[in-house]
Amino acid sequence: MTSTTYLLKNARILGGEPTDILIEGGVVAGIEPPGGLEARFARTSTSGGEGAEVIEADGLIALPGLVDLHTHLREPGREDAETVETGTRAAALGGFTAVHAMANTDPVADTAGVVEQVWRLGREAGYCDVYPIGAVTVGLKGERLAELGAMADSAARVRVFSDDGHCVSDPLLMRRALEYVKAFDGVVAQHAQDPRLTEGAQMNESELSGRLGLAGWPAVAEEAIIARDCLLTAHVGSRLHVCHVSTAGSVEIVRDAKRKGWNVTAEACPHHLLLTDELAATYDPIYKVNPPLRSAADVEALRAGLADGTIDIVATDHAPHPHEDKDCEWAAAAFGMLGLETALSIVQHTMVDTGLLDWAGVAERMSYAPARIGRVADHGQPIEVGAPANIVLHDPAATRTIDAAESASLSRNTPYAGMELPGRIEATFLRGRPTVLDGKLWGGTA
Amino acid sequence: MKRHLLSAADLTRDDAELVLTTAAELRSLADRPIKKLPALRGRTVVNLFFEDSTRTRISFEAAAKRLSADVINFAAKGSSLSKGESLKDTALTLEAMGADAVVIRHSASGAPHRLAHSGWVRSSVVNAGDGTHEHPTQALLDAFTLWRHLGDSKPGGLEGRRVAIVGDVLHSRVARSNALLLQTLGAEVTLVGPPTLLPVGVENWGAETSYDLDAVLPKVDAVMMLRVQRERMQGGFFPTPREYSRRYGLDGRRMATLQDHTIVMHPGPMVRGMEITADVADSSRSVIVEQVTNGVAVRMAVLYLLLGGSESESNE
Amino acid sequence: MPAEVLDARDIARALTRISHEILERNKGAGDLVLLGIPRRGVPLAHRIADRISAVEEYDVPVGSLDITMYRDDLRMKPARTLLPTEIPAGGIDGKVVVLVDDVLFSGRTIRAALDALSDVGRPRAVQLAVLVDRGHRELPIRADFVGKNLPTSLAERVSVRLAELEDDGSVDSVAIGVPAPATKGESA
Repeated sequence: MTSTTYLLKNARILGGEPTDILIEGGVVAGIEPPGGLEARFARTSTSGGEGAEVIEADGLIALPGLVDLHTHLREPGREDAETVETGTRAAALGGFTAVHAMANTDPVADTAGVVEQVWRLGREAGYCDVYPIGAVTVGLKGERLAELGAMADSAARVRVFSDDGHCVSDPLLMRRALEYVKAFDGVVAQHAQDPRLTEGAQMNESELSGRLGLAGWPAVAEEAIIARDCLLTAHVGSRLHVCHVSTAGSVEIVRDAKRKGWNVTAEACPHHLLLTDELAATYDPIYKVNPPLRSAADVEALRAGLADGTIDIVATDHAPHPHEDKDCEWAAAAFGMLGLETALSIVQHTMVDTGLLDWAGVAERMSYAPARIGRVADHGQPIEVGAPANIVLHDPAATRTIDAAESASLSRNTPYAGMELPGRIEATFLRGRPTVLDGKLWGGTA
Repeated sequence: MKRHLLSAADLTRDDAELVLTTAAELRSLADRPIKKLPALRGRTVVNLFFEDSTRTRISFEAAAKRLSADVINFAAKGSSLSKGESLKDTALTLEAMGADAVVIRHSASGAPHRLAHSGWVRSSVVNAGDGTHEHPTQALLDAFTLWRHLGDSKPGGLEGRRVAIVGDVLHSRVARSNALLLQTLGAEVTLVGPPTLLPVGVENWGAETSYDLDAVLPKVDAVMMLRVQRERMQGGFFPTPREYSRRYGLDGRRMATLQDHTIVMHPGPMVRGMEITADVADSSRSVIVEQVTNGVAVRMAVLYLLLGGSESESNE
Repeated sequence: MPAEVLDARDIARALTRISHEILERNKGAGDLVLLGIPRRGVPLAHRIADRISAVEEYDVPVGSLDITMYRDDLRMKPARTLLPTEIPAGGIDGKVVVLVDDVLFSGRTIRAALDALSDVGRPRAVQLAVLVDRGHRELPIRADFVGKNLPTSLAERVSVRLAELEDDGSVDSVAIGVPAPATKGESA
C-alpha cells in the first residue's frame, strides 16, 4: 500500500515552537525546524508523485491522536442511535484515533463473538480504531462473571472490562472480577453507583433536587462504591479504573488511594468539567446524564483533580440517544449526552484556557494515559520520528458555535447546542492517513 | 401574571393577591341562581390527567364551566412512562383540537414545564400537580382559605401569620407550593416532619423546620396536615404507621394545645387515623370542606386571569 | 388641560333632580333597587339613594353590579381586575332596578350590564340613570334619567371625578378635553 506523504508545516507539537513534521509510510518520518524538511520536497507544494502534500499548520497545535476510554457506539442493537461507522466519524472529527466501545449493546458484549463483531466493524469503518470493552458480568446483570478470558484472547484482545450503565455492586463479584483480570493484565472499569442509594434517582441530590421534586442522587452513592473498590483492589493487587468521577468526595478518595500506592486510575467526562446541576431546573432531559451533573464545587474539584493527576484521563462517555428518548418528560428520558466532537474544546475551555493544564498535559490526559490504561500499543505515543503517525492538528484560536444538526453522530443529544466553544480540529491522522482535513471528514477505509 | 402557571414561584405577591381578590369576587357566584359567567365563552380548556385525581379534575372542570369555557377531559392514564402515547404526541393532539389552556396532572415532576416550554403547544399551561414537584392551585386555594380566616380577606392579610405544614414534605407537591406561596404572601412557614421526610436542603427554603410537632403547635395560626401515602408506609421512611401517627398525627389531645383562633387544614384525601383523627377532621377548627369550595373559586380566578384577556399583551 | 363643565354644585343639583325624577316616574320608592356600575356608578347610586331616603323616609336598597366579564371587548386587553358585585339582600326579582353610571357613551357598558343583570335575576323593569350623556351611541340604548347632556366629539374625553374615589381630597367635577394618553380617573 502506498500512502500519501504529508508535510505539516509550522505545527506546534504540544504547543511548543513551530516545527515541520513529515508523515510517510504511516509513521512520523521526520521532525525538523521550519524549512528543514522542505528542501527534500522543494519541487512541489501540491500533492503528487514523489512530493509531499503540504499542510500549512501555522498556529495549530499538534497532539498525539486522542484515545477515548469510554464511548457508546450502540452497535449492535441500537443502530437508530449510533453505529460503529457514525460513531467513529464523530470520533475522528473530535480528534480521536482510538475509542473504547462500551459493552452495553444488544446483545451485550459479554462474549468473544460480540466483541469481535464490534472490533471488525471498527476496522471496516476505518475512521478510528475501535477497542471493544467486555462486560464484567453476563448480560450486565451483576450475577456471574462473563467469559473475560475468552474476550481477552479473542481477535479484539479485550483488556478493559466494564458493566458501565450498571454498577458491579456485589462486593464479592467485584473482588472476583478484579482478581480474574490479573491473568491477562486487564482492568475493571467500574460504574460507581450504589443501586439502593439511587433507586429512581434523577439528578444530583441537592437543595435543587428537593425544590424540583426530582429524586436525588447522593454523592455518597458514588463515593461509597469507589472507596470499597479501592480497598478491594489494594487487597487483591489488581487494577481498578473508575469511570466518570463526578464528585469532589470521589476525587478525594482516589487521591488518597493513589497516595497509598494502589493501582487505581480515574476518568472525568467533559460535561462534568463544565456543566452543573442547575441546568436540571429547565427540566430539559438534554441535561440528564449518569452520573448526574453536580454542583459548581464538584466541577472545581474535578478540574483540580485532573490538573494534579489524581484524575488520570478525560473520557467522553459519548452516549447517543434518538430524539424521542430526549423529547419527553425528564423522568421518562434516557441518561446520556454526546461528547466525542466537543471533548477537546471543552478541555481547552475548562483546563487550558484557565491555566490548569498545558498542551502536554492534555496529551497525557487524552492520549498517553488512556492508551496505557487500555493497554493499547499503537496509540498514545509521543510525536517522535518512528512513532505511528496518529496526530491531531488543533486550532486553539478558533471559536465555533455548536450546532447539533452538524454532528456526525446519528443522534443530536448534545448539551452544548448554541454554546460558543474555543478550538477546532483541523486535521486528524490515523497511521499517516488523514481521517479529517480542513475540519471535515476525509475518506474512510484505508 | 405569566402565561403559564407552573410553579407557585411564578407568582409575585401582586399576582397572588390578584388571584385571591378575584377569587373572592367569584366565590359569591356560588350564591347566585345562575352560577355562570360568560368570560371564557368560546375558549377551550383541556383537563389532561395522566394521574387519577377525581377531586382536582372536577374542581377545574366546574371552574372552567362556570366561566362558560368548553371543557375536554382527557384521561391519559398510563402515560409515556409505561409506553403509552408520549406526552409530546398527546400535546400535539390537543394543540390540533385548539385548546386555549391545558390543565395538566402528571406523575413526572416537570412535565408541565416540558409542555409549556418545548414548543409542542401554544396554549397556556396550568400545573394541576406534577410528581413530587408542585401543585400551585392547591396552594392558592389554601392561601385563599387562610386569607379569609386569618387575613380579613385584605391584601397583606397573611403578613406575619404562622402556618405549620406537617408530614411528608419530601414527596409533597402541596408542601412545596405552599412553602413558596405563603412566604410570598408574607406568612411564616414551619415545615414539620420526621427527618426522613424532609428534603435535603430544606433549610434553604426560607421556612423554619422542626422535628417536634408538639413544640410547634401552640405557636401557629394554622396547621396544614399532609397526607401520608400508602406506598411511603412501606418505604422505610418511618418504622410503623402507628409510630408515625403517635409522633406526627394530629389528634384531639394535640388539637387542645392550639390557640383558639387556629384553624386546621388538609388538602385531601385524608387518611383518617393516620395523620389526622376523625374528631379533629370534623371539629369546628377544621376548614377542610371549605377548602374544597374555595378550590373552585380560586381555579376560576386562575383561568380567568390566564385566559380572560387578550393573548398578545400577556407576557411569557 | 380639560375644561370643567360641571362643578360640585352642578353635580349635586343634577343628582337631586334625577332622584326626584326616579321617584316621580316610579310613583314612590317601594320596589326600587339601585345598582351602581363600578367604579363611579357606585358612589353615584349611593348619593341618589341618600336623596331618595331623605324625601321618602325609606332606605332604598343599593348595590353594585360588575360588568367586567360581560364586556364585549374582554379579549382586547389583558385580563381586567374584577370589581365588586353586591346584590342587596332582597334580590332583584320583581323589582325595578335602576342602573347608575357616570357617563353614557357607546351604550356597550349598559348592554353588558343588562346581560349581567339577567344572570342575577328577573327585575320587573330596568331603568338607567347617568350623570352625563355624551352621545355617540353604538347600540339602541337610551337613558331614562340624565344629569347633563354633553355634546362631544369622538376625540374628546370626559373625565368624572367623585370625592369618594379620590385619595387626593379633590372635589367632584366633570371635565372635557383632548388628552393624549388616557390617564387614571377618565371615563369614555
